[in-house]
Amino acid sequence: MLEAVGIEVTLAGTPVLKGVDFAARAGEVTVIAGPNGSGKTTLLKAMTGEVAYAGSVTLEGADVTSMKGWELAMRRGVLPQAAQLSFPFTVLEILRLGLQAGRMARRADLPVAALERVGLSGFEGRFYHDLSGGERQRVQLARVLLQVWEPVADGRPSWLLLDEPVSALDIGHQLEVMEIACDYARRGGGVVAVMHELNLTAMYADRVALLHGGRMAMQGAPREVLTDEMLSRVYGCRVRVNAVPEGPVPFVLPQAAGI
Amino acid sequence: MATTDLGPTPGAGRVRSAPGARLAGDRSARARLVLAGLAVLLCVVAVASLTVGATGTALWPVLKTLASGEALAPRDRIVLLDIRLPRMAMGLLVGGALAVAGAVMQGLFRNPLADPGLVGVSAGAGLGAVGTIVLGGLLPAWIAAPFAGYLVPVAAFAGAWITTLLLYRVSTHHGRTSVAVMLLAGIALQALAGALSGILVYLANDAQLRDLTFWNLGSLAGATWSKVLAAGPIILLALCVVPFLSRALNALALGEAAASHMGIPVQRMKNISILCVAAAAGAAVAVSGGIGFVGIVVPHLLRLAIGPDHRFLLPASALLGGALLIAADMIARTVVAPAELPIGIVTAVLGGPFFLWILLRNRAALGG
Ligand SMILES: Nc1ncnc2c1ncn2[C@@H]1O[C@H](COP(=O)(O)OP(=O)(O)OP(=O)(O)O)[C@@H](O)[C@H]1O
Ligand SMILES: [Mg+2]
Repeated sequence: MLEAVGIEVTLAGTPVLKGVDFAARAGEVTVIAGPNGSGKTTLLKAMTGEVAYAGSVTLEGADVTSMKGWELAMRRGVLPQAAQLSFPFTVLEILRLGLQAGRMARRADLPVAALERVGLSGFEGRFYHDLSGGERQRVQLARVLLQVWEPVADGRPSWLLLDEPVSALDIGHQLEVMEIACDYARRGGGVVAVMHELNLTAMYADRVALLHGGRMAMQGAPREVLTDEMLSRVYGCRVRVNAVPEGPVPFVLPQAAGI
Repeated sequence: MATTDLGPTPGAGRVRSAPGARLAGDRSARARLVLAGLAVLLCVVAVASLTVGATGTALWPVLKTLASGEALAPRDRIVLLDIRLPRMAMGLLVGGALAVAGAVMQGLFRNPLADPGLVGVSAGAGLGAVGTIVLGGLLPAWIAAPFAGYLVPVAAFAGAWITTLLLYRVSTHHGRTSVAVMLLAGIALQALAGALSGILVYLANDAQLRDLTFWNLGSLAGATWSKVLAAGPIILLALCVVPFLSRALNALALGEAAASHMGIPVQRMKNISILCVAAAAGAAVAVSGGIGFVGIVVPHLLRLAIGPDHRFLLPASALLGGALLIAADMIARTVVAPAELPIGIVTAVLGGPFFLWILLRNRAALGG
């Protein structure tokens, strides 16, 4: 259980999060959705200790501020919204950085497996700077996966905190990455993902937390949260759920296997 | 958050797997090979430097004499043991220190253009040195006497130390060091130290001016065992600590947040890095003056050869920095013999164009 209670964050004098409660269970995919600027990234950063906050964040009941950095690194991997790299490392070298931070540091075979998992087999020797945006995003995901490779370690769940993991991906790879997240949760790990794609959210999320203007508008199962009224109010535009509108342009709706 | 993509991409495409079962993209085997090669190179250069000099003493006859068990001629003894050997040792120490300080700073600032000279550490040391050269005569004897010949190096030490402390105070807020503020504060401190030094230059007499020029350009000409012993322990201490920063500096390439999510104690690691840089660069500048470009050129060349992995980059920088400075010193001693160029001129002539080339390669990333 990853739980945040009464989170308040003020950035540059402006209150960004105004008392947000959030909870995610291991074994589930929890999606944080909401409009641009609603505080999704800030909430994730508060939970990972990147911004100062009032309130409390607990992991399996233990306050995260009482844990050591390396201890937390063994139990949760964090994929940032905007990744950066300041020196020309190869893909393999980057993956090894993730591997060394986790408890599987000795498994030299894992980077190859992780690359295969994100659909980038054979990319070990490529320079990160030469990759496309989507390829970079998947390399970063592979790095985070390597850090917390086992969804359950020592009887405790591991956590993936992903900020917009599919924002740069084509529809095929979006599904692939969501399958990775789902699979991780099915095997007992916890997944928290910030998402803009509501259709993917509907397909893959077990729970949805909808942020609006720095407050939690609603948290619950996708079919409770993703409703016409709720989405229209939060996103400030007309939204119809379960209705493919008649119109002059084609409407593309990706479908998960088995739906 | 802006994506910073500084750093050139050496070659194009991919790093192929070496023969054997190694994975593509694994450059550690090549790095080890380069390290071994650099160690050999350093030995060759070091020995060669003992054979070169204004006096006619040649190394091989001396070695032969030694091997045959005869006593050395007093003159050869002095030239070798008291002039060339400490000079070689100082080149090794100063070159290694400057190159490693550069590599650590670049890793810390996540920018291949960072350098100890950049954050004012060298300028602070310079102010200390200039101040003593010009105003040292005004010091009461009881202060000056204990330092006798070391007054300039000691003052340079103090300058580097004070600058680093100031820099740290300015750029650290609520226990976090902002790299941007630190760079800007460094520029301000550098300008200030430079201006104060400039004022002092106006007060200098002719003899002092000559000293100042030599010190400003940097030189190993004043190398003595006592200077080597003064700077050596500090530099060696910094060089011993720095390998423990490798993993953290590697992780830092992904950003401070990502590094801390990977379990790196970022704040502590930044503090230690800054201390190491100040110690190594301050001690080096103290005994040799402002020798530029070593801290930029050496790590950059090595990144092209073995990649940016600090586990290999840091020791390789120490080796190549030492070899490069000893070699530059040989050039400085021979091109205008029997006179001698300040070594800073040699490194600037070689390093200046190289630095521009680095800038050109990074122009896009720097917003040009
Ligand atoms: N460092 C900062 N200083 C001041 N305001 C900030 C800072 N970072 C974020 N904000 C503000 O806080 C609000 C929430 O930002 P946040 O990044 O959490 O949004 P988000 O929900 O992740 O949006 P997006 O969908 O665009 O990623 C925004 O209005 C933003 O302008
Ligand atoms: Mg965001």
